[in-house]
Amino acid sequence: MKKARLMQGNEACAEGAIAAGVRFFAGYPITPSTEIAEAMAKLLPQHGGKFVQMEDEIASMGAILGAAMAGDKVMDATSGPGFSLKQELIGYAACAEIPCVLVDVQRVGPSTGQPTAPSQGDVMQVRWGTHGDHPMISLCPWSVRETFDLTVQAVNYAERFRTPVILLMDEMVGHLRERVELPEPEEIQVYPRRKPKKTRAEGYQPFEPDEDLVPNVADFGQGYHIHVTGLIHDDTGFPVGSPTVTEKAIKRLHEKIDRAADEIIRTESYFMEDAEYAVVAFGGTARTAYEAVKNMREQGMKVGLLRLVTIWPFADKVIEDLARKVKGIMVAELNYGQVVHEVRRAAQGACPVVLCGKYNMKSFEPVEIEAEIEKMVMDVEGGRA
Amino acid sequence: MQSVITVKEARCKGCGICAEFCPKGVLEVSELGKIQVAREEDCIACGQCELRCPDYAIFVDKLAEVKGARA
Amino acid sequence: MAELTRSYEKYFRQNRLPHLWCPGCGNGIVMKAIVQAIEKKGLTQDNTVIVSGIGCSSRASGYMDFDTIHTAHGRAIPFATGIKLSRPDLNVVVITGDGDCTAIGGNHFIHGCRRNVDLTVVLFNNNIYGMTGGQASPMTPLGGKATTAPYGSVDRTFDACALAEAAGATYVARSTAFHVQHLTDMIAQGLGSKGFSFIEAMVQCPTAFGRRNKFKSPAEMLKWMRDHSIMKAAWDKLDDMKKGEAAGAGKFPIGLLYASSGGELDYDAAYDQVIERAGGAGK
Repeated sequence: MKKARLMQGNEACAEGAIAAGVRFFAGYPITPSTEIAEAMAKLLPQHGGKFVQMEDEIASMGAILGAAMAGDKVMDATSGPGFSLKQELIGYAACAEIPCVLVDVQRVGPSTGQPTAPSQGDVMQVRWGTHGDHPMISLCPWSVRETFDLTVQAVNYAERFRTPVILLMDEMVGHLRERVELPEPEEIQVYPRRKPKKTRAEGYQPFEPDEDLVPNVADFGQGYHIHVTGLIHDDTGFPVGSPTVTEKAIKRLHEKIDRAADEIIRTESYFMEDAEYAVVAFGGTARTAYEAVKNMREQGMKVGLLRLVTIWPFADKVIEDLARKVKGIMVAELNYGQVVHEVRRAAQGACPVVLCGKYNMKSFEPVEIEAEIEKMVMDVEGGRA
Repeated sequence: MQSVITVKEARCKGCGICAEFCPKGVLEVSELGKIQVAREEDCIACGQCELRCPDYAIFVDKLAEVKGARA
Repeated sequence: MAELTRSYEKYFRQNRLPHLWCPGCGNGIVMKAIVQAIEKKGLTQDNTVIVSGIGCSSRASGYMDFDTIHTAHGRAIPFATGIKLSRPDLNVVVITGDGDCTAIGGNHFIHGCRRNVDLTVVLFNNNIYGMTGGQASPMTPLGGKATTAPYGSVDRTFDACALAEAAGATYVARSTAFHVQHLTDMIAQGLGSKGFSFIEAMVQCPTAFGRRNKFKSPAEMLKWMRDHSIMKAAWDKLDDMKKGEAAGAGKFPIGLLYASSGGELDYDAAYDQVIERAGGAGK
C-alpha cells in the first residue's frame, strides 16, 4: 500500500524532480520558492546528485546550463525578481537547445512588489520575458500531487525537445499542504537524455535535427568535440552570419514545439457538458473557480470551468471551440489581466470574454468569482457585453 | 643558412610583430601586407618570430633538425 | 617540401583558422599558450572542456578542438561550475576577458574563487572592450583613453590577481603576451593545481586600446609589457616605497603571485563529503 504523506507544493516539486532524474540543482533563495531549493539541498546528495547555492539567480541559471551540457538533468527555482534576472539565459537555453527546467513560484510584482503575497502576474513574462523569437513550454499545476506530476512532465519535455521548460507555480500551490500519495518509481515514465546517432567519422553534426526536428546534441566529455553557442548557428554548432541559416534556425526552434503542440497542450473541463457560460482559470485560482462553479451549478446555473494545465503553447483551438459553444467566457486570474488577452485573441470574437482580475495580495474567494459570473451573465443576457 | 622558415601566408595578417622582434632583420612586411623573408641567410633560427606570432603564420626550424628528422 | 607544422596545431579546429582577431592582437598568443600548456600537462582533447564568456577573447573557444561552449556575457564561470560539478573527471578551462570577468562577471569571479571550484581561469586582459569598439573596462589604466573615456579614464582599476587571492583562489599568476613561454608555464601550473586557478594574461589590443593610447604598433605594446613587468622574485625584493614607485611608473609583478599551501578542499571534494554524509555515495 502506498504511503500517504502530508506535503507542500514546493516539496512535491522537489520530489518530482528527483523522480524524473534531476541530479543537479543550482539556486538562490527567494520566497515563495525557497522550499524547493531547501528540499533539493537535502534530497540531491541522498541520490548522489549535487546542489549548489550560487551567488545570484543569473549564476544559478548558468550553472544548471553547464551541468546540463555535462550530462545531468537539471532544475532551478525562483520567484518574480529572480525570474526577471534569469531571462537572458532562458533565451540562451532556447537558442543553444539545452534542456532545463525552471520553476517560477509567482508573487506580487512589479519589482520587489508585495513579498510574498500570491499572484499570477508572470504569465506573459514566461512567454516573452527573454528577447527575440523563441518557443516556450510552460505547465501550471493546481494541486500538490499535480505539482509532482507536472514537474516530471516538465523534465521530460525539456529533455525530449531540448528546450527550457517553465513550471509556473503560484504561492497558493507552492505553500499549499495536502495529503498526497506519490507514484512508485516504476509507474513514472522518464524521458532519457538524447544521444548522438552517428559517430564523428560518420559525419555527426551536433545540431542536425532528427525526424522530430530536435537535435541529438552530445553531452560534453564523450569525444565529440562539439561547440555550443548562443549565437545563431548551423547544424555544426558554429555561428554563421547568413540570412538563410538564421531564418532556418529560428523556424526550427519553433516548429519542433509547434508540431507537438496538440500533445503538449492539456486542459481540463469541469461541468462543461451543457454549460452556457465558462470560466477559464489556471493554477491556484482554478481551485477557487472550481468551488465557485460548483456552487453555481447547485443553484441551477449552467456554468462550467476550463482549466489550463499547459499555459504555453496556448490552447488556441480549445478556446476557439469553447467560444463557439458558450455565450460568454470569464477569465479568472490573479493579476490585472494577462491570459484574458490570449483568450480574447483565441476566441476571435465568437463570444464576449471578460476579466475577473485581482491584484490586492489576496487570493480569490469563491463568492467573488460567483459574483463576477453573475455580472457576466446579466451583462450578456442584457445585451451589455 | 642555418634554418628553414615556413610562412603560412593565408594566416598572416601582416602585423609586423615577427619582423620587429627579429634580431637580424630577416623579415619584412610586404607591399601586400604579408610577411616576407627578405634575408633568409641571416636567420639564426632563434625562434623569436614564431614565439609571438599571434596567427601561427611563421615557423622556424634549425636546418640540422629538419634534415635529421627526414633522414 | 612537406609543410613544417607544430604539435599544438592538433588542438585547433583547423577549418576555423585563421581567427577573426585583428592584426597584431595578442589573443592568438595566449590561445597558443593555453594549448601548449594543455599539451605539456598531457590533458586529452576528449576530457577537457573550454568555456568562454562574451567578448574578443571569448571567441577563442570556437577555434579550439575540444568540447567548447561560448556562453553569455560574464557567465562563463557559473557555466563552468555546473560542468565541473556534474563531471568532476573533466578538466575545465575558462577563457574570459577583463570586461567579461571583472565587470559583468565580477561577482561570479569572486564567488568562483570563494567556492574553490577546480577550474583554470585564464583572463585575457587587453584593458578595453574590444568587440564593441574600445570602451573603458574596469582594467583600463587610470588616465587611459577609451571611447567612453575620451578625456582619460577616472575609474580606478581592479588588480584582478589581488582580487582572486583575497576571494580565495588557490593559485594566482600573471604573465604577458610578450613572455610566451613564461605564460605557458603559468597556465600549465594552474592546470596542474587542484582548486580555483587564476591566470591573468596581459594582451595587446592595438586596434581599440593601442591606437588611442600612443602605442605606434602591436610590437611596441609587447615591448611595453617587457619593460614594465618585473619577475615576482625581483618584485619581492623591493621595499614598500620602491614598490610604490614602480607601480606609479606603471610597473607590475609577473609570475606565481599566490599558491595555497594545499589545506583547502576544492568544492567537488568537499561536496563528496556531503554526499557521503547524506548516504548517497555510489548512487
